[in-house]
Amino acid sequence: MEVAGERLTAATFEELAMPLFDQLYNFAQWLAQDRTEAEDLVQETYAKALKGFSSFQPGTNFRAWMYRILRNTFLTSRTGLKVSATVELDSDESPELSAGPETPETILIEHSQHQLLQAAVESLPVQFREVLLLCEVEEMSYQEIAETLSIPMGTVMSRLSRARKALRESLQRRLVKA
Amino acid sequence: MDHWTAKLETYLDGELSASEMRDLDAHLRGCPSCAADVLSRLQTKRAVHSAGKRYRPNSEFRERIRKSIAARPERSPMRLWLGASAAVALLLIATFIAMSARQQQLQRQQTLSEIADLHVATLASANPVDVISTDRHTVKPWFQGKIPFTFSLPELQDSGFTLVGGRVMYLGQAPGAELIYQVRKHQISVFIFQGRSVGRELGKSLQSQKELSFNIENWSQDGLRYFVIGDASSDDIRNLADLLRKAQ
Repeated sequence: MEVAGERLTAATFEELAMPLFDQLYNFAQWLAQDRTEAEDLVQETYAKALKGFSSFQPGTNFRAWMYRILRNTFLTSRTGLKVSATVELDSDESPELSAGPETPETILIEHSQHQLLQAAVESLPVQFREVLLLCEVEEMSYQEIAETLSIPMGTVMSRLSRARKALRESLQRRLVKA
Repeated sequence: MDHWTAKLETYLDGELSASEMRDLDAHLRGCPSCAADVLSRLQTKRAVHSAGKRYRPNSEFRERIRKSIAARPERSPMRLWLGASAAVALLLIATFIAMSARQQQLQRQQTLSEIADLHVATLASANPVDVISTDRHTVKPWFQGKIPFTFSLPELQDSGFTLVGGRVMYLGQAPGAELIYQVRKHQISVFIFQGRSVGRELGKSLQSQKELSFNIENWSQDGLRYFVIGDASSDDIRNLADLLRKAQ
């Protein structure tokens, strides 16, 4: 979603921002894990974005800009500060899982446990959760994710890889329990 | 994790270059292990994609946000109200201007009528002048102490005009000088008043009017208001007015 060098008006903002409403809300609740907090987050995001719309650079990615505002708003919120303080990222490399014949994926297909998967995503540290959601749910390119998270492309790839690994581990644990 | 496994994720995310994509495609056709890996990863990817679309905002909240960012309507009630006020104000101003213009027109008409009346009264009077003299050097000093201003009178030699005399009269309680001139049997009155008491509604420059079929010239000069009125031709009235103007 690139905005050409047109005049940035409130009308333009509405046209650009409202189609993103549902997905932004979904992302907000995935981050905040609470409906009221998600609504506050989205409301604040739209207010900030409208206020700062004149500073938005036409020709750049509007969707990434909106997600960036949402995410920064979340990270400075009470919940956001709490969760980001507890995880350390991009530091340790945990050993690879041995891929046996019974991979979590194949079991997942068999059981088709939607809820299990959601619980696994929910359990991920917020930095893994967000990069995974941006890639798998929002289907953003690595470049867009880099813009949204304000991190280099290389970090996007390594963080995404770790997030997927963490998801597999989490799924495996849940499947063992189940 | 071998060379190919490392690229599987990037492959599925569609972020490999076209040539790398072709190479990996070729490898997958010959490597069942990698093919199975890709399949399971793809399934997870799809499962996360659908499971990730989990939360939906309610429509009330959506509407609230939409309203909060909606472009301000072109005409808000406040603007409408302002617009209406401006229109009313404009109408009032226009009415006021029209009324004061009409008022000024009436005042102008009234002043000219009174000047004409004074002239007629002079013509009808048995004693039209209080100082009888054809000499401006006699007439002018006569007014000294009788009116609160002074003026100059023109040299009339070869002009066809003769000075008959002068007197003091009043217009709207303001004292003024009336000078009587003659040209070819026609009597002409020249009225001089202080500009601040008479003729403020009249223009500063020379104006020609007709009142009761008399020709009238009036103008303002050096704080004094001059009227020249008579039944002589408009050219004669104009010539006398010019002589007086040049004398000041």
